Amino acid sequence: MPEKNIKSNYEPKIVAFFCNWCTYTAADLAGVSRLKYAPNVRVIRIMCSGRVDPQFILQAFASGADGVLIGGCHPGDCHYAEGNYKMLRRFRLLKRMLKDLGIADERLRLEWISASEGEKVKLVINEMVEQVKALGPLAIPQHLKNINEELKHFPGEEIREEEMAHA
Amino acid sequence: MPEKPKIGFYWCASCGGCEESVVDLAEDIVMVADAVDIVFWPVAMDFKRADVEAMEDGSILATMVNGAIRTSEQEEMAELIRRKSKIVIAYGSCAHMGGIPSLANEFSRTQIMEFMYQESPSVVNPDKTRPMTSVKHNSFNVTLPEIRNLVRTLDQVIEVDYYLPGCPPTPKLLKDAVLTLLSGKLPPKGTVLSPDEALCDQCARKDTKPSDLSFKHFYRPHAVLLDSTKCLLSQGVVCMGPATRAGCEALCISANMPCSGCFGPTSRVRDQGAKMLSSLCSNIDPKDEDGIDAVLEDIPDPVGTFYRYGLASSLLRKKITEDM
Amino acid sequence: MSENNIKMNGNGTHKSAGTPKIGFYVCHCGHNIASQVDVEDVQKFAAGLPGVTISRDYKYMCSDPGQELIQKDIKELGLNRIVVASCSPLLHEHTFRKAAEKAGLNPYFFHMVNIRENVSWVHDNRESATKKAKDLTRAAIQRVFFHKPLEKKSVPINPDVLIVGGGIAGITAALTIANAGKHVYLVEREPTIGGHMAMFDKTFPTLDCAACILTPKMSSVKAHPNITLWTYSEVEKVEGFVGNYKVQVKRKPRYVIEELCVGCMECIDACIYKEAKYPDEFNQKLSKRKPIYIPFPQATPQVVLFDPETCIDFKSHRCKKTCIESCDRKAIDLKQVPEYKDINVGTVILSTGFKTYNAELSPQYGYGKYPNVYTSLEIERLVNASGPTSGEIVTRDGIKPKSVGIIHCVGSRDQKAHKWCSKVCCMYSLKLAHLIKEHTDAEVYNFYIDMRTPGKGYEEFYDKLMTEGVHFVRGRVAEVSDWALVPEEENKLTIRVEDTMVGMVRRIPVDMVVLAVGLEPREDAGDMRRLFNISCSNEGWFLERHPKLAPVNTFTDGIFIAGACQGPKDIPDSVAQAGAAAAEVLSLISAGSIELEPNTAFITEDNCSGCKSCIPICPYTAISYNEGTKKAYINEALCKGCGTCVAACPSGSITQNLFDDEEIFSEIDGLLKFAGIELEETEAEHA
Repeated sequence: MPEKNIKSNYEPKIVAFFCNWCTYTAADLAGVSRLKYAPNVRVIRIMCSGRVDPQFILQAFASGADGVLIGGCHPGDCHYAEGNYKMLRRFRLLKRMLKDLGIADERLRLEWISASEGEKVKLVINEMVEQVKALGPLAIPQHLKNINEELKHFPGEEIREEEMAHA
Repeated sequence: MPEKPKIGFYWCASCGGCEESVVDLAEDIVMVADAVDIVFWPVAMDFKRADVEAMEDGSILATMVNGAIRTSEQEEMAELIRRKSKIVIAYGSCAHMGGIPSLANEFSRTQIMEFMYQESPSVVNPDKTRPMTSVKHNSFNVTLPEIRNLVRTLDQVIEVDYYLPGCPPTPKLLKDAVLTLLSGKLPPKGTVLSPDEALCDQCARKDTKPSDLSFKHFYRPHAVLLDSTKCLLSQGVVCMGPATRAGCEALCISANMPCSGCFGPTSRVRDQGAKMLSSLCSNIDPKDEDGIDAVLEDIPDPVGTFYRYGLASSLLRKKITEDM
Repeated sequence: MSENNIKMNGNGTHKSAGTPKIGFYVCHCGHNIASQVDVEDVQKFAAGLPGVTISRDYKYMCSDPGQELIQKDIKELGLNRIVVASCSPLLHEHTFRKAAEKAGLNPYFFHMVNIRENVSWVHDNRESATKKAKDLTRAAIQRVFFHKPLEKKSVPINPDVLIVGGGIAGITAALTIANAGKHVYLVEREPTIGGHMAMFDKTFPTLDCAACILTPKMSSVKAHPNITLWTYSEVEKVEGFVGNYKVQVKRKPRYVIEELCVGCMECIDACIYKEAKYPDEFNQKLSKRKPIYIPFPQATPQVVLFDPETCIDFKSHRCKKTCIESCDRKAIDLKQVPEYKDINVGTVILSTGFKTYNAELSPQYGYGKYPNVYTSLEIERLVNASGPTSGEIVTRDGIKPKSVGIIHCVGSRDQKAHKWCSKVCCMYSLKLAHLIKEHTDAEVYNFYIDMRTPGKGYEEFYDKLMTEGVHFVRGRVAEVSDWALVPEEENKLTIRVEDTMVGMVRRIPVDMVVLAVGLEPREDAGDMRRLFNISCSNEGWFLERHPKLAPVNTFTDGIFIAGACQGPKDIPDSVAQAGAAAAEVLSLISAGSIELEPNTAFITEDNCSGCKSCIPICPYTAISYNEGTKKAYINEALCKGCGTCVAACPSGSITQNLFDDEEIFSEIDGLLKFAGIELEETEAEHA
């Protein structure tokens, strides 16, 4: 099956939203410390994890991300008092909803990473890349493109066997 | 006397409520009938597809299409109507956003077929027969349209000029739309013909909404006695009003039922469900995971709650499954 | 720089007026970026992207020639968007914005791509690092299409200052600022200023008399024309933002009119209670006071106060009120009620100090069980000449101890209590050992885990103690008990400890045990944090903005911290920090105004439905509901720009400058352009 081949040597794309004060600073620290981690994550800097609109997450998946990572300040440490709690609450329901929509748990992750935790940036990214790699591509744009091929077909011309008499 | 502008109505995957809503114009329907020629309206008048095919391309001023697109036939008809009409209006939630039928996008076609023709408790089908798109019968070749893999909005199949939202659109909005069409002062293409702000603005209970809700529980409307004067969110009922375009004048709320989102999002929102989820969750009380989960457990079906009318037009559009 | 270092590549198709003309610059950062990222490849890639007028790579973009390159292009090519791919925006965003501004471009048309900290320094595969750099570049170039010119936000600074907490840190800061000619409101919860330092007899390592160095400062505070001193008062409410805080202070009733009382204390003598019978808080309950009292003789202000919990008249209304009769100034007013003062200040210093660890929570040391187990603070009072025993050290049994054990690290460096080192206990234990030895000539034992004496003259003080015959036993004490195993232990407290120097368990009988209790955050530090909108560390100490570079700043502009509320600190450190905080405050006042990032959010009134969902979300109460228009609006001056309300607005009616929805969506889109495995690449649709 071609899909198997894709899985074995495919590199997932992960979009990350890091808050300016903690996780983005931690990622800078990881850089300054020359820690090496997987190159699959693309970071978007926002001021607070509370800015992460669930629409951003869905848009990232819909545009082809295999995973989305959100990094915020630890509970109690939010630069904006409680933005991270707002994100946590959205995240809990969003995760459940995404499961209902066929998107595996490991594809969306929320981590509290303080400005001093450069090492954690590395660990989280490496772990998530491995997990998402094991899941294989999500590739929603491709998936929809495949489905949309049916729009060119008309009845009578081609009938799918599996929907014909099963017996 | 100049020829009256030609108007058409058509239905795809829908319940018929949209057709009813046209009749709900009451006396105003006479005004409409006087002002225009209805050249195509299968539910009320005897026109056949061949009649439409015979019309000149672009000869219909506007056709209002309701219903989602689920079958190959609906697709063909939509394309035919597109060719024949200057303006195509997606009429009602299903054409606009997929509507309730698009909740079927949570399941693959195979799953749906298996349930409908096999597993459903009322079905007896030992031969495991499935609907066929073509069968020989008495030397005739009988065909049926194909069920597509996905429920689509009208604009996912053809170009749409305007949207008239609602399940169904209200007579007032329909009347305004017809008057706008007749006036010739057309809004920019792609406009949703309803005010571009959220429903709270039109809600009679707006003033009773406290600014801090701090949800500790959510209740489904049948499970509580609801105060008919107070904001439903303040009573812990998920009301989609804040995330839903205005225009219905809070009809459901006046019947003491929460808004379930049929008018879709405002123009500034890409995904109505995500926005409602975001707003609601941001305002719940607990801060710890267990506490948060306990409150959110009161929303057992987030997809059905937040995308009741719009799964097909949401960012993800469907459940991602191996078998499509 | 020679032209050879500059490679040009342009895309001429997007130069029409009004459309974005983007200049893209990728930095080599010497080898820092160029060694892992094919900079030239990124430059060529960017040149082919829509909207890019010029794409260049250069050795050091942040250098003067690098900046000049951008400025020259802005002027000559009419660029209206700038993207620089180099290091972290936290490092040089400011530099490039300034450069763009100098060339006449609104600085917010600039965006930065981090390909050093986020790419070259963290990846070792050149191919994938280059690919990532390209993705980030495309995202930024798509993003700047949506950038808008923004006004810089500047707010004026009210020169009045609030200082909360009148210990040595608060006193120092207040005097420094008041001496600079600015007005200070000093709010203290207790009836007197002075804090913990006022309780000490001597200070380490110089053994200065604490009162001698502190009380003159206390008097200066009281007398200073630029200081409004409100003791027995607490901050109730704080609203506003840097430069313009509105604060409400509650002045608790003393039942004595402060302006009339001269501190003659005749009312205390006249009290119906002839004997003092209630525990004296200032003396750690080692002595008694009357219901009307003054905390200690040098208390500032010199004003008595009533304790309504113990005064007969408050309980039964049947007192003869001999106190009132005795006051010829008619200063006593038993009907006094709390008074609320509203003040406006531009800046705040929090110097609310610490509390000591509750030794009862480490029951193995017997505090509260054995009367002769004391906390260090109690001993401070005992050795103090103005303390309950006038400086004589006697146990609760009334005997002069012949042997005293000082147990270090009580509540500190303890997994069961606090993990941190309280920093001051080693030194104050040495000081107490010296004073006890001096006052009683007892055998003094110090039980320590490690001796920590960094500080000017501290190690020397330790050395001195070792020559004074004080015993040092290295090991954490297991237990203090009165269970005698041998006759010498009878009627004594026995300290059981593993002496790790000799590798054996020892039992040392003593007459008195002193617990060197650690420092911990005040119980209500969390309330204070919320009141002033600052952060606490996980332990509960107030969090500084940067541990090294901004140690007295908080993440909230205009709020500073000084002293032990930030973490355990001795007097010299607290004073130094207070000075630093005062300097920060004066620097702001002197500047007159402060410039803020314009990343604030705003509500488009026509779009808002007035659903109020955003209002409780704002931690700064920046969003309010206008009952007239029935819409919400954001006070830009209060908004700190987190964007949480933007994400939560269900109708998409809130916009955040610099982090607008469309800006972020275009970034997402740019990052993922190649993600659809075989999808044809479509040009981004730009507004």
